[in-house]
Amino acid sequence: MANETLRKILFGLLPLVGIGGVLMLWSISSQTWSRNLPSPAKTWETSRPYVVEPLAKRGEMDQGVLRFAWYSLVLVAKGYALALLVGTPLGFLLGTSKLFAKSFDVVIQVLRPVSPLAWLPLGLVLFENSKPAALFTIAICAMWPTVLNTAMGVRAIPQDFLNVARVLRLSPTKRLFKVLLPATLPYMFTGFRLSLGIAWLVIVAVEMLTGAPGIGGFLWQEYNSLIYEHILLCIATIGFIGFALDAAMSAVERRFRTA
Amino acid sequence: MAFLELRGVTKAFGAGRNRLEVLSGIDLCVERGEFVAVVGYSGSGKTTLLSLIAGLARPDAGTVSLDGGPVAGPGPDRGVVFQSYSLLPWLTVFENVKLGVDQVFAHWSETERRAHVERHIALVNLTAARDKRPAELSGGMRQRVAVARALALDPEVLLLDEPFGALDALTRATLQDELEALWERDQKTVVLVTNDVDEAVLLADRIVPLTIGPRATLGPAIEVGLPRPRDRKAVNHDARFKAVRGRVIDYLLGPGRRRPSAVATGPLPAAAAVALEASA
Repeated sequence: MANETLRKILFGLLPLVGIGGVLMLWSISSQTWSRNLPSPAKTWETSRPYVVEPLAKRGEMDQGVLRFAWYSLVLVAKGYALALLVGTPLGFLLGTSKLFAKSFDVVIQVLRPVSPLAWLPLGLVLFENSKPAALFTIAICAMWPTVLNTAMGVRAIPQDFLNVARVLRLSPTKRLFKVLLPATLPYMFTGFRLSLGIAWLVIVAVEMLTGAPGIGGFLWQEYNSLIYEHILLCIATIGFIGFALDAAMSAVERRFRTA
Repeated sequence: MAFLELRGVTKAFGAGRNRLEVLSGIDLCVERGEFVAVVGYSGSGKTTLLSLIAGLARPDAGTVSLDGGPVAGPGPDRGVVFQSYSLLPWLTVFENVKLGVDQVFAHWSETERRAHVERHIALVNLTAARDKRPAELSGGMRQRVAVARALALDPEVLLLDEPFGALDALTRATLQDELEALWERDQKTVVLVTNDVDEAVLLADRIVPLTIGPRATLGPAIEVGLPRPRDRKAVNHDARFKAVRGRVIDYLLGPGRRRPSAVATGPLPAAAAVALEASA
């Protein structure tokens, strides 16, 4: 019995093995082949004020990590909202109309793999301002999983449900809100989760190019100021926040999984 | 003209060389208040036949008419109970039944509609489960909800597509008895499609055999003529019950197995053989 609990605890601690391994590799690298790479201890020492006072504001480009992350999250939230607002109806159209799907499938497949680094300059040309350009870039990069998953969800609605809607003579709005939407919801949330991951991925590139205050902007600035420890700090922060966002979205996604 | 009438109905799927004629030259008349069972092999086109009456599919040739008018699409005058229950999993029992009621009885007050839904849930003995979702219900309970949903629209005709096919024998018997009681009460026109000969004999006024597909067509109708209400236990030993059952099975295994085309008759499809054995 006690043995069983012990095993469970040890099993739960296994992720620490992975983290320890990475720290070791990092430590060895910093002492051998890459002299520019700060060691984990040095990184911690230099990053300390940014971590222990995560919300401090000492200057425009000298703020706690969570404060920077917050700026980034706000920007991501706006771009992400835009992506969902455009992507969901687009996905519905794509899933319901064969004509629409045939007309736009190629366009979507071509636009989908374009990198955020390519979209941003276009955004700057279009909007002549870095803020809307950033939103444009996040939205256009992040919306594809939502578009494609929603379309897939609509196409996967069982014929039985559509027959029920016809036999019960549901009005178009009732059909949409009582049958189509609930049936598509699990797919849509998978799309939403993947889109959020991309939006967070894009933010760093966008901030680097626009120099906006945020976790990505900070990273780029510290690179230019040769404070390499802070690059590592930013990478870790970006990673943990992305991880947290994905976990939160997974929880939401599970809730909406019907039947 | 009969209340529900099919004249020369043909339905095919696919096109060109892949075209498969499922139903061919179907003629069927059902009088108002009559309970007709269409019995046939699995995969012979029973569901297609029912879809045509429901208006979910259109015949390639021939006409389907109800009460003198042609059937152009699904309508609240025909209630359908699907083989796979087809309840919406995100709605409770109450909401599943109410969905159609809200649409068809939009001119009623909310209170009236709610009472109407409650009444039909009570009719199938599910009041205790009214707030449960389909996933929390047994197969028999789900099919009861589907029956309540169809009946709540107060249809002229009830179309039942192998409604109890997926249920275990005991649940099936209970639901058959309940269905018979409901029919005795309302005397609605019913078209039941099934591969269970006993079920057809127990419930129907008239049995129409459907020949083996493709190009399935209806054979000569067999009147059941057993007095109602029919008691399952008593009827089992009734000579007339056995005689009707025998006639249906003889037809299905005899003329009903011969394909109308020149194609040689293959062995009996496994699923059909099992279904027929169970009742033989």
